[in-house]
Amino acid sequence: MQLIIEPGRTEKNYWKDLWRYRELFYILAWRDVKVRYKQTVIGVLWSVVRPLLTMLVFTVIFSKIAKLPTDGTTNYAILVYTAMLPWQFFSTALTESSNSLVNNNTLISKVYFPRLIIPASAVIASFVDFLISFVILFGLMFFYHFVPPIQILLLPVFLIFVFLTSFSLGLYLTAVNVKYRDFRYIIPFIVQFGLYVSPVGFSSNVIPAKWRLLYDLNPMVGVIDGFRWCITGAPFTKNTTISIIISLIITLFMLAFGIYYFRKTEKTFADII
Amino acid sequence: MAFTILERPKKHLQILFKKMSNAIIKVENLGKSYLIGHEREKGYVALRDVVANKAKNFAKGIKDTIGGKQLMGDQVVEEFWALKDVSFEINQGDTLGVIGRNGAGKSTLLKILSRITEPTKGKITLNGRIASLLEVGTGFHPELTGRENIYLNGAILGMSRAEIKRKFDEIVDFSGVERFLDTPVKRYSSGMYVRLAFAVAAHLESEILVVDEVLAVGDAEFQKKCLGKMGEVSKGDGRTVLFVSHNMAAIENLCKKSILLQNGSLVNAGNTSDIISYYVSRQHIENKKLSDIITRKGNKSLFFTDGLIEGIETDEQQAETFKSLRIKLSYKYKQEVPLNSYKIDIGINNHFGDRVGWLSTKTIENDFNLAANDSIEFVIQNLPFGPGDYTCNIYSEINNEVADWLESVLAFTIKEKDYYNTGKLVPANQGNILLKYKIV
Repeated sequence: MQLIIEPGRTEKNYWKDLWRYRELFYILAWRDVKVRYKQTVIGVLWSVVRPLLTMLVFTVIFSKIAKLPTDGTTNYAILVYTAMLPWQFFSTALTESSNSLVNNNTLISKVYFPRLIIPASAVIASFVDFLISFVILFGLMFFYHFVPPIQILLLPVFLIFVFLTSFSLGLYLTAVNVKYRDFRYIIPFIVQFGLYVSPVGFSSNVIPAKWRLLYDLNPMVGVIDGFRWCITGAPFTKNTTISIIISLIITLFMLAFGIYYFRKTEKTFADII
Repeated sequence: MAFTILERPKKHLQILFKKMSNAIIKVENLGKSYLIGHEREKGYVALRDVVANKAKNFAKGIKDTIGGKQLMGDQVVEEFWALKDVSFEINQGDTLGVIGRNGAGKSTLLKILSRITEPTKGKITLNGRIASLLEVGTGFHPELTGRENIYLNGAILGMSRAEIKRKFDEIVDFSGVERFLDTPVKRYSSGMYVRLAFAVAAHLESEILVVDEVLAVGDAEFQKKCLGKMGEVSKGDGRTVLFVSHNMAAIENLCKKSILLQNGSLVNAGNTSDIISYYVSRQHIENKKLSDIITRKGNKSLFFTDGLIEGIETDEQQAETFKSLRIKLSYKYKQEVPLNSYKIDIGINNHFGDRVGWLSTKTIENDFNLAANDSIEFVIQNLPFGPGDYTCNIYSEINNEVADWLESVLAFTIKEKDYYNTGKLVPANQGNILLKYKIV
């Protein structure tokens, strides 16, 4: 086996290396998951308690106090929880991945591997959380005697969708965070702000038509509406189609740009971290 | 298998082995440059500063760009070559020591070899799998158990799962922590931690092993075991080891051949004992003249021009433990300033940058006349510092104002030697100070 090190070489073999280091990728993701549940007292319960409590608060505020309408006949709690799931994943994935490189700085300055592995494994660890919190959804459905529609079989498509959305934005934020260390103060703000401009506590139907296009620029709108359609059987309107298409375009664009930007800055990580 | 050193008309040397065909590592004209900004205080850039500075320095930026200077934030940057035109080859089965003081480019070389950072110029050809050990226990997670960390660390160092599984028992056995295998490593003593970490590393199956200053940790007995294991690695299966350490004794023990780096260039290569004595004898020449150093603070009412450190009554004026050491500072003093009070201090740091000693004109009785002289000498009797690299901070005050202040200058090395005349050396991790003691 011959290995050549010269300027620009890593760049050329990037995807090959990513494949060669797949085992490390697997083990780092495993570590992130393991550590996540080891450090907390109630472990796995965390991923359940958080969305559940938020769901209760949102249901009370938006349905009981603000008296916002639900989609058709869907129970408001289920409506909120269905959106809470992808949102919670999106926000944890963003937070975790954007800090991942800085947290793993010793690793980065001491060993070589494609750096993409680090934010990716952070997103995967959040994804495990996400899958666990599905348990509650089924509990809720059982409690409210709610039978999911047939399109729930398409759920995996939307799981991949939300994964890509979170990963692409996460990748970009990760790279920016290494370069500008005060960027981490902006991330909680993005996440908090995003919660209110995404259809988590309400249905997309309450958005007036003139704001619709601006509203759709948030890629999570398409993702969440897709989830709602899959799980609660919310009607698949023309608006939903537009939201999903816009969201898909933005996600793919961000993915390409995220990878490009990450790889551009990646080479210097070991020097500046 | 001797080295041939060809003096080139260029300033650097090229080192070639006679048997070219066996080269497992071939380094050609390797160079790495960094852009450094002057007066840069933070290690990282803050977005806030970038935004603020962009606006502030727009005008200045145009001026500097026209003037041909490159800009980074608000600072003028300079290209700095951490490594330049380094070429050498290593044959399969050789153990090569890399010698040089802090900042000579050793770590940069290892980082490039380990692919952590890319070279700016040149090429390295490696004919085999490479594993590097720049730190003991890289990636160890305190919350995970010993067992889990073996898998994690193994994977980080480049072992496959199957490989780790196969060697698991051997690793555990080598580390001697069987009983605590299912305990989170945060509860381990530091000795246990290091043993486990090194055990994983010692079982790497690569043809090339790159090892940085990792032996500075751990107890003496385990160090010996590791050195033994590494020697075994090299001799036993024809593995190639590249070894960097400040511990000259370890290098001498382990490596037949060595290279010497200085300010990023390769200055000498050959048999380890020759290289070490060459390195040790060149200490004075290596130091920059104090008057040439730009990074200094103070109002310059006194200005250090040069410094000399030498051992007294030692071979070739080399610094030696338990002998006397002379530190001579030459300076220029601005006579027009009326002299009410003055102070000159020398702080001595070990190679980790920790302060190990301090000399001052204020703490001891003396009748030195600053204005009437142009140099001052401090003589330390019975030098207590052990073998290793040291640097000095020199500081002066005139009339309670900082006059001239330089940090990490006047580097010197105390020779590795049998100071207790017993044939036994003090292990490198047992502190910087050698004590004179007896057992009664």
